[in-house]
Amino acid sequence: MSTALEHPTYNYKVVRQFAIMTVVWGIVGMLLGVILAAQLVWPQLNLDLPWTSFGRLRPLHTNAVIFAFGGSALMATSYYVVQRTCQTRLFCDRLAAFTFWGWQAVILSAVITLPLGFTTVKEYAELEWPINILIAVVWVSYAIVFLMTIKRRKTSHIYVANWFFAAFILTVAVLHIVNNAAIPVSWMYSTSIYAGAIDAMVQWWYGHNAVGFFLTAGFLGMMYYFVPKQAERPVYSYRLSIVHFWALIMIYMWAGPHHLHYTALPNWAQSLGMVMSIILLAPSWGGMINGMMTLSGAWHKLRTDPTLRFLVVALSFYGMSTFEGPMMAVKTVNALSHYTDWTIGHVHAGALGWVAMITIGSMYHLIPRLFGRTEMYSVGLIAVHFWLATIGTVLYIASMWVNGILQGLMWRAINPDGTLMYTFIEAVEASGPGYVVRLIGGLFWVVGMLIMAYNVFMTVKRSEAVSQQPIPQSA
Amino acid sequence: MDTGTFRGIITGLLILAFLGIVWWAFSRRRKPDFDEAAQLPFADEDEQSNRDRSASQQGSHREQAGEADSRKDRGDENA
Repeated sequence: MSTALEHPTYNYKVVRQFAIMTVVWGIVGMLLGVILAAQLVWPQLNLDLPWTSFGRLRPLHTNAVIFAFGGSALMATSYYVVQRTCQTRLFCDRLAAFTFWGWQAVILSAVITLPLGFTTVKEYAELEWPINILIAVVWVSYAIVFLMTIKRRKTSHIYVANWFFAAFILTVAVLHIVNNAAIPVSWMYSTSIYAGAIDAMVQWWYGHNAVGFFLTAGFLGMMYYFVPKQAERPVYSYRLSIVHFWALIMIYMWAGPHHLHYTALPNWAQSLGMVMSIILLAPSWGGMINGMMTLSGAWHKLRTDPTLRFLVVALSFYGMSTFEGPMMAVKTVNALSHYTDWTIGHVHAGALGWVAMITIGSMYHLIPRLFGRTEMYSVGLIAVHFWLATIGTVLYIASMWVNGILQGLMWRAINPDGTLMYTFIEAVEASGPGYVVRLIGGLFWVVGMLIMAYNVFMTVKRSEAVSQQPIPQSA
Repeated sequence: MDTGTFRGIITGLLILAFLGIVWWAFSRRRKPDFDEAAQLPFADEDEQSNRDRSASQQGSHREQAGEADSRKDRGDENA
């Protein structure tokens, strides 16, 4: 790496590596999503091969977007934010480098093993035990790097974003290790140490907190740094951010059972999950309002700054999906929505609207600064990307709402004599147009990400020209 | 004590803990500290911003003047 780009105090190399891989894995993960969406429109696209069948590519898509794209984004931003708000260099360059290469090794092993059909069949925890051990080692190293950097801080206060990042890192370590506790049978096969309904409850305690801590707390850490930074004003209420933090982490832990409504899980546990999910609306909206109100007096910046637009629209989708979530957790609503495409739509309102948008906004702020500038190569292309992403998300979630409610109503419709009014395949056929619209929404997203990749490439290239020194392509 | 009573007590304790956090966060004594903490993203500015600074400085001029002092207090080596 050229010395011209090196910061005198901070370790930017590992941040640059994670930031670039965020864009790369974003394209890979979303392209896989588009392929899967196309398979649902044209089933022949599974090519009659086991490796390219929907059942094997779907976990690859979820792992790629959550852990490869989201994980790289979280590591890039947490390493950047912790250094800049603690005003100290990242702890141990070698361990930080290990977290980068270790995490990429985890992702590559997922890319190889999932299409080959190795899976624990636990959703979002499909990887087999040898890879799980590697994840645990990398994650503990990540925790050490992050927490030791906080310990060495030059400031008296730990900024709120670091509290969210720290909670995300510690909780994900606990979730991963507990849920993946398994007895190895062979090199690529293991059985869970839990049985029956307990196994299901542990899995969804993990699954929902993966949403709550990996996809929410971590990205809220991002929000609390990049929204004030891009709006150039401090967060609306620092006091509210403290209450937001403690309320969110206290309540999220209990919401998992709403994934198991009307199953073998005891009824009281289902009701508890429903009640805690409804209470969760309060801290979620507290955080959203805190982020939104940070812009009060600076709303005019949205007209000229598409990066800020990404961040604010991410908060809008966050508010929308954290209203939708508690509503869907109500048992009577869940009776209609569960197992339908509504769930998929809800997940993508969060994943595309919130997680990906806040990530992209943060990256457009972060990447030029990592390469010695304050603006991307083209602000116009950021605006194009913004509209592609927004329209893509709206197409996606609207089509899945329609499909979900349609499927739920068709499945539950009965004739006067008590027999089912529709066969399952009739509901599938009726879902066809929605799948086409979803595919178009996904294509919008991938095109947007390709534009982002070009913009990032040109930003890096421009900084090479400025520093007039060759930079290895590793970054 | 049966399980139900035990769970009730735990719930009560958690509510008290939460109210304690709210009381602590919103106590008047903590305000100056939190105002300073809220400025942390801007404390290590090492770049020339190319945005419309004039607009953003109107509202936060007073805080930035106060912040200059506290940055020295915190021994900011990048300031």
